[in-house]
Amino acid sequence: MKLYFKFVAMQLKCQMQYKASFFMMALGQFLVSFTAFLSIFFLFTRFHTVQDYSFSEILICFSVILTSFSLTECFVRGFDVFPRLIQSGNLDRILVRPRGEIFQVLTSTIEFSRVGRFLQAAAMLIYAIPASGIAWTPDKIFTLLLMLIGGIAVFSGLFILYAALSFFTIEGLEFMNIFTDGSREFGRYPLSVYGEGILKFYTYIIPIALFQYYPFLYLIGRSDDFRLSLLPLLGFLFVIPCYAFFRFGLRHYQSTGS
Amino acid sequence: MKQYSSFFRIRFLAGLQYRTAAWAGISTQFAWGGMTILLFRAFYESDASSFPMPFSSLSTYLWLQQALLAMFMAWFFDNDIFDSISNGGIAYELCRPCDLYSMWFVKNMAIRLSRTVLRCVPILLVAAFLPAPYSVTLPAGWTAGLLFVVSLLLGFLVLIAFSMLIYLSAFYTISSLGIRLLATSVVEFFAGGIIPLPFLPESIQPFFYALPFASMQNTPFLIYTGYMQGDQALWSMAVQCAWLAGLVLVGRLLMRRALKKVVVQGG
Repeated sequence: MKLYFKFVAMQLKCQMQYKASFFMMALGQFLVSFTAFLSIFFLFTRFHTVQDYSFSEILICFSVILTSFSLTECFVRGFDVFPRLIQSGNLDRILVRPRGEIFQVLTSTIEFSRVGRFLQAAAMLIYAIPASGIAWTPDKIFTLLLMLIGGIAVFSGLFILYAALSFFTIEGLEFMNIFTDGSREFGRYPLSVYGEGILKFYTYIIPIALFQYYPFLYLIGRSDDFRLSLLPLLGFLFVIPCYAFFRFGLRHYQSTGS
Repeated sequence: MKQYSSFFRIRFLAGLQYRTAAWAGISTQFAWGGMTILLFRAFYESDASSFPMPFSSLSTYLWLQQALLAMFMAWFFDNDIFDSISNGGIAYELCRPCDLYSMWFVKNMAIRLSRTVLRCVPILLVAAFLPAPYSVTLPAGWTAGLLFVVSLLLGFLVLIAFSMLIYLSAFYTISSLGIRLLATSVVEFFAGGIIPLPFLPESIQPFFYALPFASMQNTPFLIYTGYMQGDQALWSMAVQCAWLAGLVLVGRLLMRRALKKVVVQGG
């Protein structure tokens, strides 16, 4: 763990060398998600509600997704750029070192410029928490925290899965964007708005709904079932098959040589 | 002219080689389009009277957007061009007896078109056979179809003319990543890539239409669906031509200035 923080500090210093570029990136990240926010805002000035969810309720949903995604992207980014490690052959270097591969991949890249996205998510949360009219009792705060943690778990699982697939194909990886970027894009709205089938898909196959939709129902008081708020914990189970698949890919890994 | 057409052909054929990537892209775009349509369906069910166009027009718009994504995606840049600026390879380009601006312009067209050719047909074919309000329909009429083709071409050129400005920014910065990200989000949003422009509140729409970004994907798609008709369509196309001329002029001027000052370190 101590070593991990050393790596974090190292990465931070390294990225701070190019300050202008760093802030441009952070600003860009902020703007990307800010336009997403604007588009929701404009749609709501026209339609006012969607499936009886109000604007501030959607914002809570949006900020939960965005916070967990940006934190995952910041710290688990190593898996996101993993295909490059394979392509360049740098994975071989990792494999011969006396530390776990996961650890080394995690510390190989830490994207601090994602702070731009994170700030935006935090700002929305700060606005939406009082505006949504939810009575913030301890159990609701607990639910919100669980949602965020569960979100980080599921997104980490997705990133690991993405990395695992790159053992088998580099070119075909674009379709994984449906699940990583797609979950971020479409998870801004409670997943039930897309209809029953999509909700089932996101519950049983890619368990985004476990931390985004069900506990959200409890959070905004649509359901009184406290069990719903514990569902994000199930999201942790998703990491297991993803990790197993990654191990499987790693065992079948043949270096590109040279 | 012949040299540019061969640049075009080389790039185009190179782009056609990435078939697996194209299939992956097709499935991604199909899922993306489908989800967006489902999202708008939820809004439609909440308040149908606030919908600015019939639902089937919106579906057509969104499917066209996905099918022709490679033509209009703002985040796509030819990395070779950025590399040649940052690593000095541009020295070779400058030795060639042809105009750099036109060459880059043509290369961009070729890559984007080759990707579009691979991807648009399967998406449109499947989308055409979806159940009624969710499918892609034929253009609103013969004239709409004809105007669409012309305006599609114009919008495509406007987008490339704008992205040329981003390439040029690489002459002045070491890492263009930040600018690219900024420009991308601005273009996507103002061009109607995130939500179609007619869905914006009426009060701010004139502001969006005053920018060059509305002349990219917005105009051809709205002409196709019949949202823009007659004089309005012709006027929008005139605006497209104006922006195209303006952006190309600015791009050429900036390039001339940049090339006057460019210093390639020897080696």
